[in-house]
Amino acid sequence: MKLKKFIFLIILSTFFYQGDLIANNNNVLVDKISKNLRCLICQGQSVYDSQSDFAISMKLLIKKKIEEGNSEKQIYEYLKNQYGEWISYDTEINKKTYLLWLFPLFLFIFGGILIFRKVFIN
Amino acid sequence: MKKNIIYLTIIFIIIIIFTLFYKSLYKAKTYIPNELNNKNLVQFSSKDLFSEVETNSSDLISNNKFTIINIWASWCIPCRKEHPFLMHLSKNSKINLIGLNYKDRSNNAKKFINDFGNPFSTILIDPDGTISIELGAYGIPETIIINKDQKIIKKFIGPLTNKNLREIEQIVNS
Amino acid sequence: MLASQLGHYSLILGLILSLGLLSYSFIYLRDGNNILQKNIYSISFLQLFLVVLSFFCLVYSFIISDFSNETVYNNSHTTKPIFYKISGTWGNHEGSLLLWLLVLTLFIFLFLVSSKNQPKKYRLLTLFFQQIIISGFFLFLLFTSNPFSNLFPVPKEGLGLNPILQDPALAIHPPILYLGYVGSSIIFSSSLAALVQKNINRNWAKHIKKWIFVSWIFLTLGIMLGAIWAYYELGWGGFWFWDPVENVSLMPWLCLTALLHTITVLEKRLILKSWTIILSIATFTLSMSGTFLVRSGILNSVHTFANDPKRGIFILIFLFVLILLSVLIFFFYQTKETDSQKKIFWFSKETSILINNWFMMYFLSVILIGTTYPIFLEVLIEEKISVGPPFYYKLLVPFLIPFLIFMAIGPKIKWIKDKFKKIKIYQIILLVISFLIAYLIINKTSSQYLFSTVLIAGAFYLFFNTLRDFLRKNSKLSQNISHFGFSIFILSILFNGIFSNEISANMKIGDEIKFNKGLIKFKKIEIYKEQNYESIIASFEIEDEEKNITTLNPEIRIYNQPAIFTSEADIKSSFFTDKFLVMSLLKREDYFNVRYQNKPFMLWIWISISFVAFGGLINFVKKIK
Repeated sequence: MKLKKFIFLIILSTFFYQGDLIANNNNVLVDKISKNLRCLICQGQSVYDSQSDFAISMKLLIKKKIEEGNSEKQIYEYLKNQYGEWISYDTEINKKTYLLWLFPLFLFIFGGILIFRKVFIN
Repeated sequence: MKKNIIYLTIIFIIIIIFTLFYKSLYKAKTYIPNELNNKNLVQFSSKDLFSEVETNSSDLISNNKFTIINIWASWCIPCRKEHPFLMHLSKNSKINLIGLNYKDRSNNAKKFINDFGNPFSTILIDPDGTISIELGAYGIPETIIINKDQKIIKKFIGPLTNKNLREIEQIVNS
Repeated sequence: MLASQLGHYSLILGLILSLGLLSYSFIYLRDGNNILQKNIYSISFLQLFLVVLSFFCLVYSFIISDFSNETVYNNSHTTKPIFYKISGTWGNHEGSLLLWLLVLTLFIFLFLVSSKNQPKKYRLLTLFFQQIIISGFFLFLLFTSNPFSNLFPVPKEGLGLNPILQDPALAIHPPILYLGYVGSSIIFSSSLAALVQKNINRNWAKHIKKWIFVSWIFLTLGIMLGAIWAYYELGWGGFWFWDPVENVSLMPWLCLTALLHTITVLEKRLILKSWTIILSIATFTLSMSGTFLVRSGILNSVHTFANDPKRGIFILIFLFVLILLSVLIFFFYQTKETDSQKKIFWFSKETSILINNWFMMYFLSVILIGTTYPIFLEVLIEEKISVGPPFYYKLLVPFLIPFLIFMAIGPKIKWIKDKFKKIKIYQIILLVISFLIAYLIINKTSSQYLFSTVLIAGAFYLFFNTLRDFLRKNSKLSQNISHFGFSIFILSILFNGIFSNEISANMKIGDEIKFNKGLIKFKKIEIYKEQNYESIIASFEIEDEEKNITTLNPEIRIYNQPAIFTSEADIKSSFFTDKFLVMSLLKREDYFNVRYQNKPFMLWIWISISFVAFGGLINFVKKIK
């Protein structure tokens, strides 16, 4: 009888342990996402760094959404839908930002051409 | 000749950049999100403050009145300041005023209502603030105006003023 | 108060002197002889003296808490400790502008005194251009940002300095940063002067090189101090956030570093003259644009100063005038003859410096575009987007890999022409060793990427090369120290990123959490009352795998004027790692939010940057070739 109880407890505890592991992974994901979001109250800080009410509630919401099974991408989409693109530090690549992403690369190539001409031609 | 063209282009570009900077000086610096305007209200459910019955928001939104959700808390001082305006709005038969009690202790919230009056037809609680975020709010007080088609048409951030009140009345009467 | 009057009138006099010097230099330009009139020295010194006097009047007003002075009222408080009363002088918009003036006038005086071996007309023109900048700043100060404006009736107490600014690193960060930042004004003025005088030659290059190094050393150290302050004081465990204000100091640094390399080419081979001038103009322009961005209210950041569009307009117009002036002068005075027709051979040191400039300008453009794009977008289409750290990492880091490799090889290539057979076997060996080490490290941490491996390999390659160069007799010591320092800098940052661990949790007193095979215990709190704040100091014990215990005492301060909470992290720095703990108060709850980080090699980041700056310093000392 005692043995059965013991085994039962061991099996039960593995469930808790797994739960712990999952919870930890979720926490890591919450931190990861919140570092990438702007706090609307303390504009200039990330949600991760901020201790404002908004930031705290936001972290809880992100956790809820993860537990509901949303992927990281879905959570970002959802928040951008609510608050606008501005809330995410990770700049999208869409027609508003093509210039942003491509212009430096274009300048790099342009610089390369200039040097090439200086060194290899003339 | 080629040299002249290059220089003129450079000066032209500089002028454009400066005009853009000049214009940007007069833009508001803090960001106020307005993404949800004209989108449907997200459904949420929560406990009623007094009856503690779990209520769904769709049950509260009527389709022949404007719904106004006001997010408030007993510890929020500007909320006290705007309270008289809410009392005034509650008398308007075209408006259904719903309160969302944000990150508050029920006792304190009830005391606030008892002391200052209840302008709300229903008060739901948002103990961890997540419902407010789902509504696109980020600070309190915030007031959200929803039309008969369940679309969000306006948000007021901060305590309501006389001007805001007139705006609301204009919207509701149109 | 008397000090205010004295300070104010000194500034007015200074402005008058500035206008005087402008006309003087113009007149004396026509003089035949090559000796600068003694007048010029005396007036320039007098101008410096007046600005110093004005500065000290402001400092004095802060020390005695003279609240009839509006700046003192806005930024100080009687209970502030005296060290911070003094540093509060430059911790605000008006005071920091006075600091700008101080450095501007100091540097032109030092320039005049130390450039006696240069042609007189060149020196006068430099003075002329510098005085244009100086008078602009005098006008800006006197008309929009007067540090000596009066308040009546006199308030009894001030509004207090932001408590985050009460920190020793931050106290010296502005003066050092400005010596670099504002120091580039001399480079600007003298480059324009040299262009007009067609004076760009080896003699000039040697002379201007000193100023470039001085400005560069201070700018490097200034930025480092800012990062150190952010790390130790701001409490988020990071030190660089790609915040617009931070970017604005990095941009002139990139330009100045490129200039540093280009001037050596100019000195050796007398080519790239136009490019040198362009870089000089660009560096100072970026400094001034930085001032504009930070003070005009355009940017949304933790660091911004005053938010006043009127000030923004002034700087904008001033900046526009300066840039227009530079472009016009360049247009009129730059001739084909300025640029010699010497060819550049593809495998030469000149080319490797060109490549350096190429990459630097790319890095600069990424940061410039990233910082200004949201501003322009908002004006054009009324929408706000954020450009944050992910953007910069994605665009900058991949280019670091070739950059590091070029940096390792470049210094070894000879001037003018070198043989490709030079790539000896040992280079290949070093490359292989670097890859192996990088691979082993990445494998051990099970960090995902092939990319990190290549990056670390590149950094190690530079590291080994510069290390080896120390042993070779004919390599330049100053260059080697700086490059070596840079390789350690990159390695430190990479290792810090890969090996850092952190945990964030809500804890009550007595709680314990498991972390990384160790424990974090929340032991107790103590509450103290200080001069101008109330302090809650917590005691945490960190126990690691070997049962060693480190005690950390993070603090929460509750200030009275203005009413702000700040969290002071406790950081125990050791040679190999930093233990970082910060906690914050959750309103209306009875537990604390605790964040603990284990951050390896932090100290090495600061040491390596100091190495980089030190290399520049050696340049002044070395007499040995």
